[in-house]
Amino acid sequence: MVTGGVTKFAKAHPAMDFRLMVKKAYDAALSEIPNLTKDRIDGTRISYFSDHFTRQLKAASMVQDYLGMNPKGSIRLEWGGATGGEGFQAAYEAVASGRMDTVLAAGFETMSRVQTWKGNEFIALASDTNYDFPLGGFYTGYYALMVVRHIHEYIRKTRFAHIKDEREAQRLAITEGSRIMSLVSVKNHLNALHNPYAQYPKRLTVEDVLKSEMISYPLTREQICTMSDGAAVAVLCTAERAKEFTDKPVEIIGVGTGTDTMRLADRPFGKVPLLPHESAKDYENLDYPGVHSFRAGRAAGREAFAMAGITDPKKELDFIELHDAYASSEIQTYEDLGLCRYGEGYGFTESGAPFLKGFRYPFPTPKAGEIPVNPSGGLIACGHPVGATGLMQAVFAFWQLQGTIDKHFGDPTLQIRGAKRGAIHSHAGTGSAVTVSVLQRGF
Amino acid sequence: MPARPAPKVFTKFREVQEELGKSGAAIFRDAAGVESLIIDSPYSIRYIHSYAEDTPFFLGLAQGKLMGSKCTGCGFVYATPRGHCMECGEPTNWLELPKEGRVHSWTTCQFGSEAFLKDTPYNLCLVEFEGAGSLLLARLKDCVQDDIWVGMPVVAKFDPKPKYSITDVWFVPKK
Repeated sequence: MVTGGVTKFAKAHPAMDFRLMVKKAYDAALSEIPNLTKDRIDGTRISYFSDHFTRQLKAASMVQDYLGMNPKGSIRLEWGGATGGEGFQAAYEAVASGRMDTVLAAGFETMSRVQTWKGNEFIALASDTNYDFPLGGFYTGYYALMVVRHIHEYIRKTRFAHIKDEREAQRLAITEGSRIMSLVSVKNHLNALHNPYAQYPKRLTVEDVLKSEMISYPLTREQICTMSDGAAVAVLCTAERAKEFTDKPVEIIGVGTGTDTMRLADRPFGKVPLLPHESAKDYENLDYPGVHSFRAGRAAGREAFAMAGITDPKKELDFIELHDAYASSEIQTYEDLGLCRYGEGYGFTESGAPFLKGFRYPFPTPKAGEIPVNPSGGLIACGHPVGATGLMQAVFAFWQLQGTIDKHFGDPTLQIRGAKRGAIHSHAGTGSAVTVSVLQRGF
Repeated sequence: MPARPAPKVFTKFREVQEELGKSGAAIFRDAAGVESLIIDSPYSIRYIHSYAEDTPFFLGLAQGKLMGSKCTGCGFVYATPRGHCMECGEPTNWLELPKEGRVHSWTTCQFGSEAFLKDTPYNLCLVEFEGAGSLLLARLKDCVQDDIWVGMPVVAKFDPKPKYSITDVWFVPKK
């Protein structure tokens, strides 16, 4: 990766249609490298999620057209919430296969074109329309179902194992889980105060998060990402070419993808696919993934880490930008990616390990800096214009690894000092598809 | 002379949406002073939707039956039916599920997509059945958030006026 660009994500960008948004992100990316001009780009990979939002089929052709890329080769990518991550990996594959030397990955979404609850309907059309959608058409409901079970497995059966009254124990467990999820929300919103691209930077307390509007029990408004308009681009090329463009390239050393059933109801109850630092003994009595964990995230992580030669991701990565569409799924993803064992996500959060070091959070974070997660603010605070999101993560990770956060954010606070290696993680509908890519400083 | 007066100008996007409902057009002026013309653009569609291989499930609901499916190869029982087994790939046979089960997980939704806002708040639950290896997602009625727990026994109820939708079945707490 030699450059990237992001538009500020916003509730609405009425003065820019999707073509102009991509053009702005593209111009920003190219402006960083004087000798990277359009004629050096061999083709494009363009990602956006929903034709319903655009109500313009082949919108990727119009982006290609607006950027003046015709007649170069292009492919449109769509994979639900993981659309941007898939676009990034498609560009990687175009280069890795030898098909192209230099590729532009561009992604966008224009979600402001309908009202919020219609937008929720469009998103929920990415669930089984025979069995799931007609029950409410509501993704937050699906993630709430998953976290209620996650809390049951990992808080009810551990911290409250001593309480005999089942209903009382479950209530206490959900209260505890809600409190811990709120730590994630506070972290991501606070980190974003130093990211000028973020849609909703905020100074919140755990109380604020818990008292915000209940959307789908136990998930509150501040634990959920919002709809956004935005675009992001990344330029990938061969290592040879990269030298011509920049003295600060970032290598892509691992890519992985994973999938799972579209319906939550069909998720199996089997065994955990292990990471190198885990053992089967860790999970003797665990039915996996059930509806509590994301097998696709585990599969994507396993593939990407194996390719990158990573055996213990917490120790061998300096940060992760992951898909926190919900505060719950950030905690579930810590476990999928092996930052802690399955079942340890809540304790891992409380330890402060995924928080930034030297940053003032309104509660103790003794292990801060161990593996900062979503230093940018993540989806919860940056926004989630679906087709752009995975590429936004790539751009933020790229700047971290280049050491250019201060230059790009106008504020050095979020720069992780000496960051050499990071991962990005893009996640689609209830964990039905996930991509993980590992990036490393290439200079 | 202009055939149509210029649309009203707004600086709040929410006000633009309200104006579209009234006059069908508005101008949004952003913080930088850029003005964009925004119009109301409705869209509706009627699909000719076939339940295809899932047909017996939806016909079953109208007869007060919950139909799952059982793999002819490995014998796995699916509570949400599948025409072919996802483990071994063999075709499945239809099989009637028990009308009672337990809550595997649940939530209470205060919102939903546009078409379901009128139903809020509503409960969703994933139901486990004795003898089945997978779950069924359904609405959970006759109870409120504070009443529901993982493991709660529930009973299926069927719409006396079936609409051939998954909403023809729902669950209630077992008395």
